[in-house]
Amino acid sequence: MRSTLMSMLLVMSMILAACGGAAPAPTAPPAAQPEAPAQPEAPASGAVGVTPTDLTGISSEITDLPAVFNAEAARQYAGTTLRFYGDAIGLGSDMDKAMAAKFSEETGINVVVLPRPQDATEFYAQIQRFFQAQSTETDVFMMDVIWPGAFATHLYDVSDIFAAEAKLHYPNIVENNTVDGKLTALPWFGDFGMLFYRTDLLQEYGYNAPPTTWDELEEIAKTVQEGERAKGNPNFVGFVWQGAAYEGLTCNLLEWFYSQDAGTFLQDGTVTINNPQAVAALERAAGWVGSISPKGVVSYREEDARNVFQGGNAMFMRNWPYAYSAADTDDSPIKDKFDVAPLPVTAPGQPAGTVGGWQLAISNYSQNKGAAVEFVRYATSPQMQKWRALVGTFVPTIPIVSEDEEVIEAMPFLRNLSPVVRVTRPSRETGELYNEASTIIFQSANEALLGSTSAADALARAEQQLQRLIR
Amino acid sequence: MSRTARNLIGQIFFYLLVGVILIYTIFPFYWAFISSITPNNQLFATPVQYWPQNPTGQNYALVLSNNNFLIALMNSAIVSVSVTVLALIIGSLAAYALGRFKFGGRSVVLYTVLAMTMFPQIAVLGSLYTMISAFRLYNTLWALIITYMIFTLPFTVWVLTNFFKAMPRELEEAAYVDGATPFQTFYKILLPLAAPGMVTTGLLAFIAAWNEYLFALSFTQTPDKRTVTIAITAFEGVTASSFEQPWGQIMAASVLVTIPLIILTLIFQKRIIAGLTAGAVKG
Amino acid sequence: MSQRVATTSAPPSTGKRTLTLAQSQSRFAWILLIPTIVVVLMVGLFPLAQTFYFSLTDARLASNRPVNFVGLENYLYLLQDQQFFRTVGNTVFFTVVTVGFEFVLGLLIALVINSNFRGRGLMRTAILIPWAIPTVVSAQMWKWMYHDIYGVINDLLVNQFGIFNQNVAFLATNTTVSLFAIAAVDIWKTTPFVALLLLAGLQVIPSDVYEAADVDGANKLQQFFAITLPLLMPAILVTLIFRTLDSLRVFDVFYVMLGNRRDTQTMAIYAQQSLVNFSDLGYGSTISIAIFLIIALFVVVYVTFLKIEEA
Repeated sequence: MRSTLMSMLLVMSMILAACGGAAPAPTAPPAAQPEAPAQPEAPASGAVGVTPTDLTGISSEITDLPAVFNAEAARQYAGTTLRFYGDAIGLGSDMDKAMAAKFSEETGINVVVLPRPQDATEFYAQIQRFFQAQSTETDVFMMDVIWPGAFATHLYDVSDIFAAEAKLHYPNIVENNTVDGKLTALPWFGDFGMLFYRTDLLQEYGYNAPPTTWDELEEIAKTVQEGERAKGNPNFVGFVWQGAAYEGLTCNLLEWFYSQDAGTFLQDGTVTINNPQAVAALERAAGWVGSISPKGVVSYREEDARNVFQGGNAMFMRNWPYAYSAADTDDSPIKDKFDVAPLPVTAPGQPAGTVGGWQLAISNYSQNKGAAVEFVRYATSPQMQKWRALVGTFVPTIPIVSEDEEVIEAMPFLRNLSPVVRVTRPSRETGELYNEASTIIFQSANEALLGSTSAADALARAEQQLQRLIR
Repeated sequence: MSRTARNLIGQIFFYLLVGVILIYTIFPFYWAFISSITPNNQLFATPVQYWPQNPTGQNYALVLSNNNFLIALMNSAIVSVSVTVLALIIGSLAAYALGRFKFGGRSVVLYTVLAMTMFPQIAVLGSLYTMISAFRLYNTLWALIITYMIFTLPFTVWVLTNFFKAMPRELEEAAYVDGATPFQTFYKILLPLAAPGMVTTGLLAFIAAWNEYLFALSFTQTPDKRTVTIAITAFEGVTASSFEQPWGQIMAASVLVTIPLIILTLIFQKRIIAGLTAGAVKG
Repeated sequence: MSQRVATTSAPPSTGKRTLTLAQSQSRFAWILLIPTIVVVLMVGLFPLAQTFYFSLTDARLASNRPVNFVGLENYLYLLQDQQFFRTVGNTVFFTVVTVGFEFVLGLLIALVINSNFRGRGLMRTAILIPWAIPTVVSAQMWKWMYHDIYGVINDLLVNQFGIFNQNVAFLATNTTVSLFAIAAVDIWKTTPFVALLLLAGLQVIPSDVYEAADVDGANKLQQFFAITLPLLMPAILVTLIFRTLDSLRVFDVFYVMLGNRRDTQTMAIYAQQSLVNFSDLGYGSTISIAIFLIIALFVVVYVTFLKIEEA
């Protein structure tokens, strides 16, 4: 079954990508032109520019990168210099540099990796300044999943060029990156929220499976918290998550809402944040504070939560995949004592994980768009995503990569999490006003969690403010 | 109660006070140091440990073998020294004028200089970016040296103006009688007397520049131009994720970056004390 | 400026020679000020002017929408913006608390170091340490020390000294507790700055003044109020002005430790939110101008009450 799908995709992408070479196709999407290879603009690239989906033989060595399959098409830009805003630190940065070097070596296009500011807000501000000045200094950007809406007008339209490639990725993320019908970026890696739990404690307290509903989670958390405190650890808590007034809370809230059938804040241009299920969901979360969650959770971000969990002081945690790798190291106090599961639901909701990944986008002001296209094609390809998954546990945005056995071995949590719906925040609905919308959302939720206002009042007020905003 | 007993109690109270102040100021630093030598798996353990079971130097080894950090240290030194020297030169000239001469527009200058710092930093960022790009200084250390004047020059000018103003008139008049030009009077007679003020403002300017974050982040781009504050926030953890903060390394680096400042104070200690005696002698 | 006045007012035949002493002094003073003026124009006035211009428009950052001149519309909106006034309240409260404590503590430290006590060298070095740790780091460090599960402050208060019987969530209890928790960090961080500036001020007070007072039989406390405080006034004024100025613009400590909470927002966070997060250059600039005016008001109050500028 899978191989059928793969060969279908392969064939499809071969047909489609043939005309998607470097030259921007000015007319209708290539999907409408099955005879595309006849197009004169598509130079020598031909079938070489195709993104292959054969994932065999990808190495887990950082020095052993997948071949640049589109090298031939890219070589027409040899000698140009691309500036790429990539990861700044650690393994991510080393991998970006390795990728740039490999690409340069095989295509003659010189790729300079510029380290991005670590903090997303700072990075956002810096990109803003670049675009404001229409700077030609940078060609390819890493782009947070919530930014395409805001930056769409400054990003190169790759709808036609990457029409085939886009079909490989999770549709939700591609849809998220498509603003007013224009594909602005290709997904590169995609985190999503998940439930971490302590396997040893689960067993010790007589449960045989992680919770699937929020009620179950509350019950287990309460039992274990009371038990561990009685055993002499006054600091033990049931459930930690991200409740501080920042973007992370919007992500948590979206998961609570979606998994309890309360919608996604804004849908089809209507504000839906204030509904009975939403009020119930926020009330539930506010009830956790000071009971199964510590009071301080209202000031927690990712690391505050992880340090509690990894220090052995929590039964459950909501966090991103990085916490899995971090808690799985040899010197971790909870190594082999935890696992992950989809976040719980309240019927008829579905298990949800907010998407928090990064895309690659090309600046409209770039003077090397052709070269940039080939670079992005290579960087976001299935081969590259598999390599990045194996070497750096970057979560793939391509289903066939997520389902690859070697990838699952490197990231065992992917197997448990296949039922999770990857939900995206409503950044497309709000366009350049997303940050305003999200600030309204997380500030209101934070107030309800702090207890300074009721969930119902907080959401009613948020509804009003959002309506005024998107009007 | 006898006089000596009251004195003793006073003494005890005095040293108690000094002790409390010292604990308040030093404890967080002690805590940073403890964190830097605690193995990662014990960092977030409860109950809290006041001395790690197996202290480790691993974080220091990692930080000191990190090329980007060492380059950043160098850049910070260059920027901070340049900023300090520049602010002191420009500032002392201005302070001399503002502190020793009466002329129309004097207050206007004084308050305009102050007005430079009255905006939230974030508000001037856009304009400065435009200016820096226009001068083609983006991603150079010059961009930082120039923009850091925003927060170092005003207090240098204000503090030194006070110093110059406080000096007795006779000093200058004696020099004029001896036929010295105003400029000679300035750097031969007044400047040495202003030394304690220069040292203090210099130290404060140096530290302010050393700790600056927002401009450094906004006006430099490549690792070879980054300063320590940026480098500290960019250490490598065990995962490739930007969520992770390698706490041990951050703390080790924070301890390391304070060392140059401690050395600097120790060097200038004498100067400050010399200033004390100078104040006593003159007048 | 005065140069022009000097040359044009003098008879052309004799030129510069007839400059009075006052004129030539004034001229020399302006020459000394040239470098400062250049710097001020470059990095000070240009951003100020641009910010003011933007505050009269509806400009958005990185937007393709045309920029419209809207006159005072942003200012009128600001006057009805309750959240802005809340941030003003928070910031002024924070400023009064921190500057007050920092001043008293800093003066104390300065007096201690200035007195002849053993180990003042150590103390001088020690008090500088908090200022030497970059704020981006120290704010995170304190957030960690405040943590309600593994924070050392809770451990000290609960387990070591038994002052509380359970851990306190300093950063998530209510507005007042959070504001004081942040104030403690700021006081820790910037008292050295105050102490050092006041120490420099103490050092220019000639010791013979005290000797004379000793002869007159004044005790230490009388000496402090009669001699030290008045003579220290210029230094106090400068210190208060610069601390107040910084405190009213406080950003990082709040942002790192409390995020963008509505009830604890400061003016600078509100400005950053408009300028950066919301890309609203027009309104963000208006807020910045308002902050500028509020700070200017504080400066005017200080200068009037401490009556220093005359000297």
